[in-house]
Amino acid sequence: MSLDITPTLTATEEARRQVEICNACRYCEGYCAVFPAAFAEREFADADITQLASLCHNCRGCYYACQYTDPHEFALNLPAALAEVRVESWARFAWPGPFARLFQTNGVALAAALVVGTALIFAAIRALGTGAGDGFYAYLSHSAMVAIFAPAFLFPLLALAVGVRRYWAEVGGARVAWADLKAALVDAGRMRNLSGGAAEGCNYEKGDRYSVARKHAHHAVVWGFLLCFASTSSGTVLHYLFDMPAPYPFLSLPKLLGVPGGLLLTVGAVGLAVLKLKADRALGAAGAWGGEMAFVILLGLTGLTGLMLYAATGTGLVGPLLALHLGTVLAFFVTLPYSKMAHAAYRLAALTRDAQQRRARG
Amino acid sequence: MTRVDGITWDVVVVGGGNAALCAAIEAAETGARVLMLEAAPKTYRGGNSRHTRNFRCMHHGPLSVLTGSYEEDEYFDDLIRVTKGKTDEDLARMTIRDSEACLPWMERHGVAFQPSLSGTLSLSRTNAFFLGGGKALVNAYYNTAEDLGVTVRYEAEVTHVTVEGGRFQGLDARIGGQDVRIEGRALVLASGGFQADIDWLADAWGPAARNFLIRGTPYNRGVLLRDMLDQGADSVGDPTQCHAVAIDGRSPKFDGGIVTRLDCVPFSVVVNRDGDRFYDEGEDVWPKRYAIWGRLVAAQPDQVAYSIIDSKSINLFMPSVFPPEKADTIEGLAQKLGLPGNKLRETVDAFNAACRAGTFHPTELDGLATEGITPPKTNWARPITEPPFYGYSLRPGVTFTYLGLRVDRTARVSAGGARLHNIWAAGEIMAGSILGEGYLAGFGMTIGTVFGRIAGQEAAAHVA
Ligand SMILES: Cc1cc2nc3c(=O)[nH]c(=O)nc-3n(C[C@H](O)[C@H](O)[C@H](O)COP(=O)(O)OP(=O)(O)OC[C@H]3O[C@@H](n4cnc5c(N)ncnc54)[C@H](O)[C@@H]3O)c2cc1C
Ligand code: SF4
Ligand code: SF4
Repeated sequence: MSLDITPTLTATEEARRQVEICNACRYCEGYCAVFPAAFAEREFADADITQLASLCHNCRGCYYACQYTDPHEFALNLPAALAEVRVESWARFAWPGPFARLFQTNGVALAAALVVGTALIFAAIRALGTGAGDGFYAYLSHSAMVAIFAPAFLFPLLALAVGVRRYWAEVGGARVAWADLKAALVDAGRMRNLSGGAAEGCNYEKGDRYSVARKHAHHAVVWGFLLCFASTSSGTVLHYLFDMPAPYPFLSLPKLLGVPGGLLLTVGAVGLAVLKLKADRALGAAGAWGGEMAFVILLGLTGLTGLMLYAATGTGLVGPLLALHLGTVLAFFVTLPYSKMAHAAYRLAALTRDAQQRRARG
Repeated sequence: MTRVDGITWDVVVVGGGNAALCAAIEAAETGARVLMLEAAPKTYRGGNSRHTRNFRCMHHGPLSVLTGSYEEDEYFDDLIRVTKGKTDEDLARMTIRDSEACLPWMERHGVAFQPSLSGTLSLSRTNAFFLGGGKALVNAYYNTAEDLGVTVRYEAEVTHVTVEGGRFQGLDARIGGQDVRIEGRALVLASGGFQADIDWLADAWGPAARNFLIRGTPYNRGVLLRDMLDQGADSVGDPTQCHAVAIDGRSPKFDGGIVTRLDCVPFSVVVNRDGDRFYDEGEDVWPKRYAIWGRLVAAQPDQVAYSIIDSKSINLFMPSVFPPEKADTIEGLAQKLGLPGNKLRETVDAFNAACRAGTFHPTELDGLATEGITPPKTNWARPITEPPFYGYSLRPGVTFTYLGLRVDRTARVSAGGARLHNIWAAGEIMAGSILGEGYLAGFGMTIGTVFGRIAGQEAAAHVA
């Protein structure tokens, strides 16, 4: 019988087996974009499964609602099946290849990146010595920072762009129309799919009860991250265009953006980590749990160390905290195309593709 | 886990599906001390309710996800049509009227709705679909019940109710393998029909029933229905009948649920084990005919039939959960399905020769009929000529049984025409009072919700 579950199924085959059952059922249609996209097809090529997997954000609504979960012989666990496909596909798309699986699934590797990053900054401070600048530029000159971070920022973006291009080619994406991108950005911004349709929330940390905790924590992280990013960008603009180098007073753009940003990022990451501890690991990609958790912690640390650095202004702690903060940021950026952070790019690509397909369906 | 024996519960609810949950929630909201006993383990809690997708709801204008309006008379007419008049008009109209208030009540108690599913647009006015289906509804109710302080025991099969002098005195249950005596002041029976007791089905229907598949839970064995009938409770509904549809012959014996349905019959020729056709496959649109095919297949040798289509029709119906058998020739397909190849060839050839030119309309009665064969196919008759050919096996899948306990407007059970003092019934176990024959999509959940709520309120008022 075709539904016999042979342990030899690949992640994609297992997801296809499950999606075909869903297609005969359709009860979960209202939860998220995965189902309408799936139900428009009758047969699922590997690339279709990749696309569906990237549309799923593991809210688990469809697991707790499913009448066919283990011990039923159909053994549905769509959130886990799609998570496994995601992990595999990101590893396949990542460039350069060898790093791919390392940081996505491996928390120790991510921790090692953090240590190495911090050590590098320490070494840089030692070697390049004190500049003539004020504040933390007294420890590491502005030009030294730019020399380290410009490539550490640009290379990951390039790597991620290569990955997304590969994704786009695999799922057969068409030329991107502004309307599709806009639809995707609106969905992502509102996290429409994180809302669980009419149910208002995920089934994440409270089992079959709906909760908006994950949505809120995720929002905090996103906005915190964007604010921190804006803070750094505003600093760059002030530095180059207005010749106003750091340190900045509290009532300045970099600080007004950075302090709430750091707080949101830290609090949101702590929230995500706590929720992740409570949620059932069997409903995600079991092998990637460590890597995902390490990533959340790293994300929180970028916010926290930034805040600590600010709090330590004028004390002797600035040197070590600067190294720690910059090391964290360095580790975050360098691993970005291969860590859970890559999901932001792939999800946006998937939502854009979904908007294209929805438009084509009319 | 605290003991459930040795105390006198206000209300004991037997069952763990929709009707039981509605009763338990209503009773607990009055402050009553409620115990729910569910035979299934937690992973399979919720009976047949966990397999449902919608409920049928009267409404005077757009309501939640429901479009337009669906008034009492239209609803009642729909019911009369499917039951051929076998209903209690007073109870039926009451149920229909009460259904309107159920929808907001359900939402308040955690049930989320979604627009009509793709492929079911015809129901968007009459039936409200549960987001995630019946298991999500059941989960929501268990959470609500827990918040209200209802005590729930799983793997708790009630085996006997002690009724003395028309009064419920207590009951015997096996909870987690232990025999337990439970005391209570009021009893609500919501333990479903008896379709999972294959021996009982075989007694009622004949030995053919041993080949039937049960679409829902294996836990609805009618233990309490029989126990109550043995003690003289008044019954309703035809004991020899069950609602059966034709489903995929490869489905599991129990709990295959919605995905095992097959919608290919109208576009196919259906033959029995011997390769003979036996009924007009195109008699009417499928939603109006799928329920008779259970009986038709049940009447064939070995209770099996085969639906044969060609590549022209493969995309015209909802995808099946198991892929069809597929072959480039009719003989090859016959071999895969275990049918006599020559015979199938003859049947298909005779059918093809009887097809006439005309316009094919998959979604409406197109009058494209055969000429000169018996049985005829009166709509959608297109020759089966374009390989690859596809085939599905069909078997009867039982949804529910009709025999039940007779209740009045207050959901009270009676014996010898006299109301029992403190016993109520709700859901499938009493649905025969309203649904004597046939079935109206979404009406099972309506009956369970309306009577579950009434039973819970009445039982709680009794002990207040
Ligand atoms: C596949 C399928 C799809 C359906 N779809 C729909 C639909 O979309 N809409 C609709 O309205 N109806 C639908 N129905 C019909 C619907 O399921 C029933 O009408 C409804 O669920 C009945 O609810 P209930 O609470 O009476 O019974 P159930 O939900 O079956 O609950 C009975 C409960 O009693 C428990 N039980 C049984 N015996 C004992 C005992 N001795 N001791 C303790 N507990 C016991 C069982 O474990 C179970 O939990 C469907 C049925 C099936 C099989
Ligand atoms: S997850 Fe389960 S309930 Fe949901 S659509 Fe798939 S098979 Fe149906
Ligand atoms: S886990 Fe959530 S997002 Fe993923 S398929 Fe299921 S309902 Fe959709």
